Amino acid sequence: MEQLKTIGRELAMGSQGAFGQSKEFLDLIKSIGESRSKAEEDRIVIREIETLKRRISEPDIPKRKMKEYIIRLLYVEMLGHDASFGYIHAVKMTHDDNLPSKRTGYLAVTLFLNDDHDLIILIVNTIQKDLKSDNYLVVCAALNAVCRLINEETIPAVLPLVVELLSHGKEAVRKKAVMALHSFHRKSSSSVSHLVANFRKRLCDNDPGVMGATLCPLFDLITDDPNPYKDLVVSFVSILKQVAEHRLPKSYDYHQMPAPFVQIKLLKILALLGSGDKSSSEHMYTVIGDIIRKGDSSSNIGNAILYESIRCVSSIYPNPKLLEAAADVIAKFLKSDSHNLKYMGIDALGRLIKLSPLIAEQHQLAVIDCLEDPDDTLKRKTFELLYKMTKSSNVEVIVDRMIEYMISISDDHYKTYIASRCVELAEQFAPSNHWFIQTMNKVFEHAGDLVNIKVAHNLMRLIAEGFGEDDDAAYSQLRSSAVESYLRIIGEPKLPSVFLQVICWVLGEYGTADGKHSASYITGKLCDMAEAYSNDEIVKAYAITALTKIYAFEIAAGRKVDMLSECQSLVEELLASHSTDLQQRAYELQAVIGLDARAVEAILPHDASCEDIEVDKNLSFLNDYIQQAIESGAMPYISENERSGAVSVSNFRSQDQQEPGQHGLRFEAYEVPKAPVPSKVTPVSLSSTTDLVPVSDSLYARETHQITSVGLSSDTGSSGLKLRLDGVQKKWGKPAYSSPASSSSNSTAQNPVNGMTKVDVAASVNSKVRDSYDSRKQQNEIDPEKQKLAASLFGGSTKPERRTSTSSKVPKANAGAADRSQDSKAAIVPNKASGDNSNQQPPPQDLLDLGEPNVTVAPPTVDPFMQLEGLLDPSISSTVSHSDSAVTNAPDIMGLYSGATSGEQSGGGYIPAGGDLLSGLSNAAAVRGTTGETIPSPVSQSVKGANAKDSLEKDAKVRQMGVTPTGQNPNLFRDLLG
Amino acid sequence: MISAVLVMNTQGKPRLAKFYEFRPVEKQQEIIRNVFAVLCSRPEHVSNFVDAESFFGPDARLVYKHFATLYFVFIFDGSENELAMLDLIQVFVETLDKCFRNVCELDVVFNYSKMHTILDEIIFGGQVLETSSAEVLKAVEEITKLEAASSAINLVPKSVSSWRSR
Repeated sequence: MEQLKTIGRELAMGSQGAFGQSKEFLDLIKSIGESRSKAEEDRIVIREIETLKRRISEPDIPKRKMKEYIIRLLYVEMLGHDASFGYIHAVKMTHDDNLPSKRTGYLAVTLFLNDDHDLIILIVNTIQKDLKSDNYLVVCAALNAVCRLINEETIPAVLPLVVELLSHGKEAVRKKAVMALHSFHRKSSSSVSHLVANFRKRLCDNDPGVMGATLCPLFDLITDDPNPYKDLVVSFVSILKQVAEHRLPKSYDYHQMPAPFVQIKLLKILALLGSGDKSSSEHMYTVIGDIIRKGDSSSNIGNAILYESIRCVSSIYPNPKLLEAAADVIAKFLKSDSHNLKYMGIDALGRLIKLSPLIAEQHQLAVIDCLEDPDDTLKRKTFELLYKMTKSSNVEVIVDRMIEYMISISDDHYKTYIASRCVELAEQFAPSNHWFIQTMNKVFEHAGDLVNIKVAHNLMRLIAEGFGEDDDAAYSQLRSSAVESYLRIIGEPKLPSVFLQVICWVLGEYGTADGKHSASYITGKLCDMAEAYSNDEIVKAYAITALTKIYAFEIAAGRKVDMLSECQSLVEELLASHSTDLQQRAYELQAVIGLDARAVEAILPHDASCEDIEVDKNLSFLNDYIQQAIESGAMPYISENERSGAVSVSNFRSQDQQEPGQHGLRFEAYEVPKAPVPSKVTPVSLSSTTDLVPVSDSLYARETHQITSVGLSSDTGSSGLKLRLDGVQKKWGKPAYSSPASSSSNSTAQNPVNGMTKVDVAASVNSKVRDSYDSRKQQNEIDPEKQKLAASLFGGSTKPERRTSTSSKVPKANAGAADRSQDSKAAIVPNKASGDNSNQQPPPQDLLDLGEPNVTVAPPTVDPFMQLEGLLDPSISSTVSHSDSAVTNAPDIMGLYSGATSGEQSGGGYIPAGGDLLSGLSNAAAVRGTTGETIPSPVSQSVKGANAKDSLEKDAKVRQMGVTPTGQNPNLFRDLLG
Repeated sequence: MISAVLVMNTQGKPRLAKFYEFRPVEKQQEIIRNVFAVLCSRPEHVSNFVDAESFFGPDARLVYKHFATLYFVFIFDGSENELAMLDLIQVFVETLDKCFRNVCELDVVFNYSKMHTILDEIIFGGQVLETSSAEVLKAVEEITKLEAASSAINLVPKSVSSWRSR
């Protein structure tokens, strides 16, 4: 800066600067350079804008001056100020015949204007004219503007001209014309779809520069759909070969490397074309092998090509020799001192690891070094790699590391990202429930507001349903450990809202369950929380509901309820709340407290959050009422279909047909408000008992809402109606919430299974490699702590597998039919997998992203466990014969199986690992409950029907009168409860 | 595809900003500020790559190089190679250096349009067009010559030498 100032001053001495600009411009730059604050700079720029506004509109400005004004405008806009007043002058300048002015004009409009700006229409004509110019520089300038300013609508205006330029005499023009067509393709692929043949033709242009430019649009086209271009594989390969063999003129060399950017583009294209295509890939092996072999790892650009080759190798149909060569290059990258190369090495490792998982093991220490590097970019890349290689054996270390890093950064974008990664890994691979809850707590505590609310719901459900422990002791122990941890955390300041919701819910549900904490202690905590976060309505709603539950449990247990004074004041405050939701919850609390133990137990049974709530969709409890109404002379209800007499006509039409001519002007839009009518009308209008209204979905939702609000204080015992906690009970949540649980099991199972198999096969084949590596490791004498970390990250895969394999015996006794069929499928997969180990395509990582659930619960005809044993035996014997170390391998094979089961479970999304299949059972049960609509149970509904009906009617009346439940209204509840 | 080329000094003042996809002025300023904040926080001797997703949209990466008082920054997407982009910065700077003989911040400031001319020869519509600094230089010199010739017709010959940027 100092330097700038002094030189600026010197320059300002002369009236005309050495750079051809006026003194004014130099002064401007100098004063901006010297300004001490943003405010000062702004003042200077605003003054400059004033000057320019005045000057630029003067008549007869010399062209040279005008050019400078435009440049000054650009400068002003670059500093963030509005220069739109000058846009029109820039447009005018493009019309100028003088080349420098024209070029400046084009430069300015490309920087100023968007392609949908109003002024563009004034430029299109000029562009058309300039594209036809004899002066190739004018053509180039116009092409430059075409790239940036022509949008979908104006493409047809210039397209023929640009196509014509493809065969222009100057190669610079041809190159730019190709690029311009490419930009058209990006903006609207349909506009140039008929010109694709031109790109193919330009690929054979005798100027290598034009050929290189053609690769850009071809790359985009091939990315969209590689299939139509498979025939070009041979051409691309031969071009790449020629380039790599220095057949191009020397002028295309860059740092002794022949046309490196062309090579990189070609490798990218080949990677796309060879992906999953064996015959295409076979053409490429030789040339890629040559490039890697001759690769120059001393220069930056040489490494760029090497990296691109690795990317290509990892993308095309795998070739063992190339993979080996790629692994060597990666080793070189990782050992390098340059952070850039390490970064590329880690990235390449992440790509290759899917094909040959063993390769990471050689580089474990390098990876750990990268993880501890001060460079954030490198660190993040390394986390990406770790994410790809997470297994149930190393998930603890990896997730702990991720959380540690997550806490240390402040970048919200990345924090969100890494938090979601942690959650994903934890859900997929968690070794124990306790660990899972602790991990989730940490994630919520530090990034709670950034994670998806679904994660919180999952956690609540997990705590409620357990993970399928077979004994109740572990079950309740899990809950009390959750409660303990929340009571500890609750005191911390500023917890995220989502986390507080989880805490409230868990405390309400299980706070007093193990008898360790008194109700008054828990309620006190809840009240404190509601007070501390008094501007968060959701937290308050959760808190008040939790209070309701705790008091209900107290009453049900026959203890006397002493409401704390702070609690009372909270309830009073909420009774008068502006939020109707909070108000309602407060009233509910009041109503519940006034009831006797029997009623309360029916409303809020203990630990029933995961029971299904049965909803009588037919509203059969209204039958009595309807009967009464009919007896007193009302018309029976006739269903819509009967009324219209039509069988398969849409609702709208049927109603239209009903009242033709009566209303001349009837628009369909008028029909909409009719929707809620049936809910009020049905009880009044009469019907035969069986013919009830087919309730539309939206209507149904409304109805159920009413039922819940009312049903809360009704004593319909068996159904176990509860407070509605969004998402916790999956009844009214989005279907997506529970769906991943049921579906994904198949493909999930494949994922860990494949991982295991690869390890196994590799272990038996490469045990030598590992040995030699171990010995090398000892020689090097490395920091023991790092070694430990390395071992936990990369090694130790056998230990946890053995553990799970023992527990995997459990399901034999009591696994559900669904699980069995899945198991048998899963068990077959590994065998296939071990058949062609090296050639597997990696399974999709994102397991939760599957479609609608369609679990078919079909009992298998053959006992899958018999099959399983049959499958396992030969594979054991075969590996034994393969390697000397049968001892280490046997558990691995068991691991196959356990991997299958744990994978199947983790497919549930909210059930991370765990050994036994009980969870699977409950899982399946839950699924059955949610997917197959709710099962109507007429048991108690019909008995209590009259009561509920009365209350419904009353409620409807109240609503009709526009009165929301207020102080006078608790009658409603009393009525209900007799 | 390359989405933006930025040159800024170590104080965060932009010296050249070219976006290959339109961004409103305010957004441009925000990006420049964000880029500068990231660059400032980078320690010495680390990699030249930064993840730019948080302020430039998905899949955006950033490669920067620090020369004297200037940062040269290229922002691009996943279809480009990071190491190659680093070399492209090198090409750009080498060309500037040849063009201005020992380029310094002042050259960049005062030769705004020439900077753009050079850049347009290297990157065209977000794609790499030319990577040989000798070729770029040739093209730029030709443009300068022709510009001079065409203005010579329009202007009094005396003033030609004075306005012409070297």
